[in-house]
Amino acid sequence: MLLEVKDLHVSVEGKELLKGVDLSVGNKEIIAVMGHNASGKTTLALTLMGFPQYKVTSGEVVFEGRDVTYQTIDERARLGIALAFQAPPAIRGIKLGDIISLAGGVNPWTPKPGDDIELAKKMLERVDLDPSLYATREVNVGFSGGERKRSELAQIFAMRPKLMILDEPDSGVDIDSLKVVGNSLKDYFENNDCSIIIITHHRYILEYLKPNKVHVMSGGRVVISGSYDDLVERIESIGYDQLIKEETANG
Amino acid sequence: MDNSWREKFRTKAMGAITKRATFGNDIDLSDFVDPGSMPGTIADDVKKKSLEVGVDVSQIKSGTYFQLDHSVLLSQLASKIKGLELMPTDVALDKYEWLRDYYWKAVSVEQDKYTAMAELKQTKGYFIRSAPFEKIEQPVQACLYIETDGVLQAPHNLIIAEEGSVLNIITGCTIGNRAKKAAHLGISEFYVKKNATLIFTMIHSWADETYIRPRTAAIVEEGGTFISNYILIKPVRDIQSYPTAYLTGRKAKAKFSTIMYVSKDSIVDQGNRIYLMEEGTSGESSFKVVATGSAKVWSRGQMFGQAKDTKGHLECRGLMLCPTATITAIPELIAEHSETELSHEAAIGKLKEEELYYLMARGIAPDQAVGVLVKGFLDPGLPGLPENLQAEIRDRLSLLDISSGSGKREC
Repeated sequence: MLLEVKDLHVSVEGKELLKGVDLSVGNKEIIAVMGHNASGKTTLALTLMGFPQYKVTSGEVVFEGRDVTYQTIDERARLGIALAFQAPPAIRGIKLGDIISLAGGVNPWTPKPGDDIELAKKMLERVDLDPSLYATREVNVGFSGGERKRSELAQIFAMRPKLMILDEPDSGVDIDSLKVVGNSLKDYFENNDCSIIIITHHRYILEYLKPNKVHVMSGGRVVISGSYDDLVERIESIGYDQLIKEETANG
Repeated sequence: MDNSWREKFRTKAMGAITKRATFGNDIDLSDFVDPGSMPGTIADDVKKKSLEVGVDVSQIKSGTYFQLDHSVLLSQLASKIKGLELMPTDVALDKYEWLRDYYWKAVSVEQDKYTAMAELKQTKGYFIRSAPFEKIEQPVQACLYIETDGVLQAPHNLIIAEEGSVLNIITGCTIGNRAKKAAHLGISEFYVKKNATLIFTMIHSWADETYIRPRTAAIVEEGGTFISNYILIKPVRDIQSYPTAYLTGRKAKAKFSTIMYVSKDSIVDQGNRIYLMEEGTSGESSFKVVATGSAKVWSRGQMFGQAKDTKGHLECRGLMLCPTATITAIPELIAEHSETELSHEAAIGKLKEEELYYLMARGIAPDQAVGVLVKGFLDPGLPGLPENLQAEIRDRLSLLDISSGSGKREC
């Protein structure tokens, strides 16, 4: 198993946001996490990445057989966990090309012999952002929704992660960007040895990344798990509340 | 050499020799020595050090001036350059009688004990002049280098951009490994004539025990533009300076940009002052300051609106890396005319955790992430400099620790 999350309880400023989450991701698997706003999806993503505000009060996170529950963000990233943020910050003074290089382990100011100095260019091309325009843009400054999501993917592709956590890569994105996001993710997944946790509200992106399993979160727990075919269409037609009601009634 | 014309300045200087400066600690200048002149060539370690402050002596570009302690080791123009003059100030004052009218005109010799001492102990300095309507594309490089321990270096620089000309100067001031304690009192007087543009970039790199008191002023005539960039990266004992621009002609402009990374227990008191004296003049002053260790920084600004349709803006952005450092921002707007428009913005804060975590999520270790963010915060983007020069200055800054992304908070 690549990732195992066992009975994970997480609090922020004393308030419990995750109340016992169990989840596992195998090699070369895609797991979709769906659910209402404030159901705990982003909390789960940021906890898996190791954000210190998200305090694990009990349970554990095991990555490749190793307990990473108390590892720092950068340590987890170097182990192979990468997060595409739902709402990444805009950082003045730092160029997108430079952060992509750094994510790929290349110091853009003082590269070492053998470093791939074309890395940023290649990653930007992967997400259809023209390197001659975007490599020198400040990270996310003045970016549209679609540009932000594509910049996130260019950065995490450079990391060559074993596990990609994609927090709503399809929100606030126009249809053209959505196609680029979907295609580039599909292409990356098919050509690299990696697994994906994708948080989304929509079926569209899942048509590119067909999940092996779908989990529905509510109130800080995974309340329903099933296959793509069983769940996604029903969620779109009846909504989370009704689905949860029906599933609870069915035991 | 008849120096009798300087007697009046010497007399005034004698009168001001104990006069304390308005700002900064009072420095006992009797501690410092005169090493005498040391003609010779520029040694390899000196060349390397001067490269860190933007001066590459292996390339003349349009012209290069190199002063080590009190000795001028190089003062040379590029072979094919036209319309540019470069020579030691004492040579120029001998050559041109008219130049005496510019000597101590923008800066007052009796301003304080440091200007007084600079007159009494003057040690060379450079004269640079662009001829009318000449556009000097490549920068003139100048390096003022301290080599001897305990030295007091007091160069007097006179820079004239004649009517319609464009002049670009990079000056690096630094200290060699053999000198520890030293004082540098640099006088710089700039004269920007009608419709001329003068871009002056100064990079300072000192040592833990250096005391720095530059005294700088510019007189900008009608339609002229004075752009002054100042960069300080390494620790220093104590700097105080307050460069001033007098916009004396209609539509003259001045822009100061200051970038400082102030570390250890450095004391830095830096200001920019602009007098908007004629109709349509405008001025801008921007500070970016990082304070770390137990550094103490004062960032001052004064903008005097004295005429119709004048516009001035002061800006200070401070980044605090340690609880033991301090930054004091003191912007002052002085409106002396009803049709002047003056503004200021000041913001001091810490690194944003959100940005730090974002970089860490890309696998970047915390110390390196701090370095990257500090570099991003300070990233020159100096106004008025051509892109190749910007890139060059960035490269030079990359030689220093913080820019290579290995910054430490020193807390």
